[in-house]
Amino acid sequence: MLCVNTNKWGKSGSLVIIFALLVSLMAGCGSSTPAQPAKPAAVKEVKIGTIYPMSGAAAVTGVELMNGIKLAAEIVNGAYPDLDLPLAKGKGLDKLGGAKVVIVSGDHQGSNEKGMSEAERLITQEKVVALLGSYQSAVTATASQVAERNGIPFLNDSSTSPSLIARNFKWFFRTTPDDDTFANNFFQFLNDLKAKNTIKDPKLAVLYENTLWGSDVGKAENRFAKEHKYNVVSDLSYPAKSTNVASEVQKLKGSGANIVLQASYASDAILFMKAYKDMDYNPDAILAMDAGFIDTEFLKALGKDGNYILSREVWALDLAKNKPLVEKINTIYKQKYGVNMTGNSARAFTAMMVLCDALNRAGSTEPAAIKKALEETNIPGTQLVMPWKGVKFDPTTHQNTLGSGIIVQIQDGQYVTVWPWDSASKPIIWPMPKWSERK
Amino acid sequence: MSEITGPILAQTLTTGILWGLMYALIALGLTVIFGVMEICNFAHGDFLMMSMFVAYVFSLPLFGLNAIQSMPLNIAIMFVVGIIIYKILIKPVINAPPLAQIFSTFGLLVFLRGLAQFIFTADYHSVEKLTFVGRVDLWGTFLPKPQIAAAIGAMIMFAAVYLFIMKTKTGWALLAVAENKQAAALMGIDSDKMFALAWGIGAACVSVAGALLANFYYVFPEVGAIFGFLSFVTVALGGFGSIQGAFWAGLIIGLTEALAGTLIAPSFKYLVVFAIFLLVVLIRPRGLMGHAS
Repeated sequence: MLCVNTNKWGKSGSLVIIFALLVSLMAGCGSSTPAQPAKPAAVKEVKIGTIYPMSGAAAVTGVELMNGIKLAAEIVNGAYPDLDLPLAKGKGLDKLGGAKVVIVSGDHQGSNEKGMSEAERLITQEKVVALLGSYQSAVTATASQVAERNGIPFLNDSSTSPSLIARNFKWFFRTTPDDDTFANNFFQFLNDLKAKNTIKDPKLAVLYENTLWGSDVGKAENRFAKEHKYNVVSDLSYPAKSTNVASEVQKLKGSGANIVLQASYASDAILFMKAYKDMDYNPDAILAMDAGFIDTEFLKALGKDGNYILSREVWALDLAKNKPLVEKINTIYKQKYGVNMTGNSARAFTAMMVLCDALNRAGSTEPAAIKKALEETNIPGTQLVMPWKGVKFDPTTHQNTLGSGIIVQIQDGQYVTVWPWDSASKPIIWPMPKWSERK
Repeated sequence: MSEITGPILAQTLTTGILWGLMYALIALGLTVIFGVMEICNFAHGDFLMMSMFVAYVFSLPLFGLNAIQSMPLNIAIMFVVGIIIYKILIKPVINAPPLAQIFSTFGLLVFLRGLAQFIFTADYHSVEKLTFVGRVDLWGTFLPKPQIAAAIGAMIMFAAVYLFIMKTKTGWALLAVAENKQAAALMGIDSDKMFALAWGIGAACVSVAGALLANFYYVFPEVGAIFGFLSFVTVALGGFGSIQGAFWAGLIIGLTEALAGTLIAPSFKYLVVFAIFLLVVLIRPRGLMGHAS
């Protein structure tokens, strides 16, 4: 009916050109200044540079991270005799004559170029002795390149891309476990369940969205499944941001998988949960790679239907149940910033502590001495707010070898730690109840 | 991998038909506007988003209406919004080059998305009062009740719009304006009024889709991006301006998506949809049921 006029659209090609122009105009550029070796800072104070997203889309996270670092600096600089942390008891860095640590904050706004130019600025102009950063893996990659070139230690607290340590940089150190470790954790967790006879014949489905993050997770999970000899009955990638996931859920149902390892962002995670319910799919467990499943939107949108999901996490407040230190630090944190700590602030706090500990042992602000001290770091798990066995760097990759994740489960609308068993605040509910048996 | 059994196929076809009718309903408003005045409304998906937010707002405790109860209000609001947007934004560019028309509706898209984010934040919301909760179990094939309601709603809307255009004087006037603006003016038809009406009807159609969709889909400022895109494909596949075309194209897309997802692999489902779309456009550029210019 009505009518069509096709030649009207002949000019839309020019639209493409205009967009291309716009995009090329928007690409920013970062200025760079010639590198100079950093001079040792005055002994009264030691400058530490931070490069985080303090503005832009991830600004909220940037603030969380910085709060963790500020708190660590305060504990080092002040006297906290009742805390079992390195450097808490005395004031300042005792082997540097009680020098205070001073934070010089940089803002990369989530941009790789800004990350580089901020690293340049902090090293050459502010003369910081070490850098902490930078949350987004891509920014960490570029900012740490500048540090490597200038021979300044760069300590990374919260970027989980495995490729960062594959570079074998001399000056790059990472405290947080990476995505490979987290994927491996799933299988250690399943092994633990097997040992307890909770699961007998696990048939896994590996389900992931098809952008870079999801595909990487999927690859790692498949690799570890093979290593740990698990039977993967369905390896399923799906287009991110689908309108519906009915065929995906049908594939899962048809495959007979009873454990789903899932990597989805928030909108997809919600969509999948609704489809599981609509199509009455009842696996024993859904093991999620954080992201969408720990997003605040997830439970808001799903309510009770979000219960029983298991997800990997880096940290949870209920770790305090088995680790009184967490409670103590969180109390101080809450007094200062009005909110509870998060996985981000806890990891940033830990990295700053590790750095200050190394600085102190180095007894010098010479970069090479700090690097050597970092390489010799050996902090036991009891002195950390993290659920790790400790901090000790691999001699070549400089990855913390004692880090691990935790697994949380949503129980009555709360995320509670259920694994490792000695960190758990509540017992795990396995298998998850069938949809028809839920109230 | 799994065998394709009878029940799986039945479920796939049902899912495909239910979603296909939804896609068709969303595309209906777009094809009406294009059919009457040959302007492609790039903000169509965001009209859908807007109507979903209207349903969401009326579901808040202040009003306490479910998406179906608030549907008449939703239709009225979106009808007026459609007319206002026509008067402010579209009328000035009717005789402008197509690029200007593209940019004006594209700008509207950016504006509406930004406005929604400003008012409601980027969070996901769910309509608070739900109706048609649960599902029907037909010999192992699951049909979610809100989607059955949406499918029935879609069929009613298509019949209503079709009858309105084919059987009423106003509908004929719309057709006349679409056919030839000058000739219609000579017959005493005010084309400006008809264009405004087309925008009003287009927005009202998508408001029905939005209300039915909000009943089982979450609402967020970007929701129009996914559905809007599919509605362009639906309209192009069915034929620009064709109402029956949009209906069948919606079903084809829904079924293709479901079948490709189940028989091949979920990651290929849109690939197959777009391959079919490209094939149709190559062989029959005016779409399945579009008229030759």
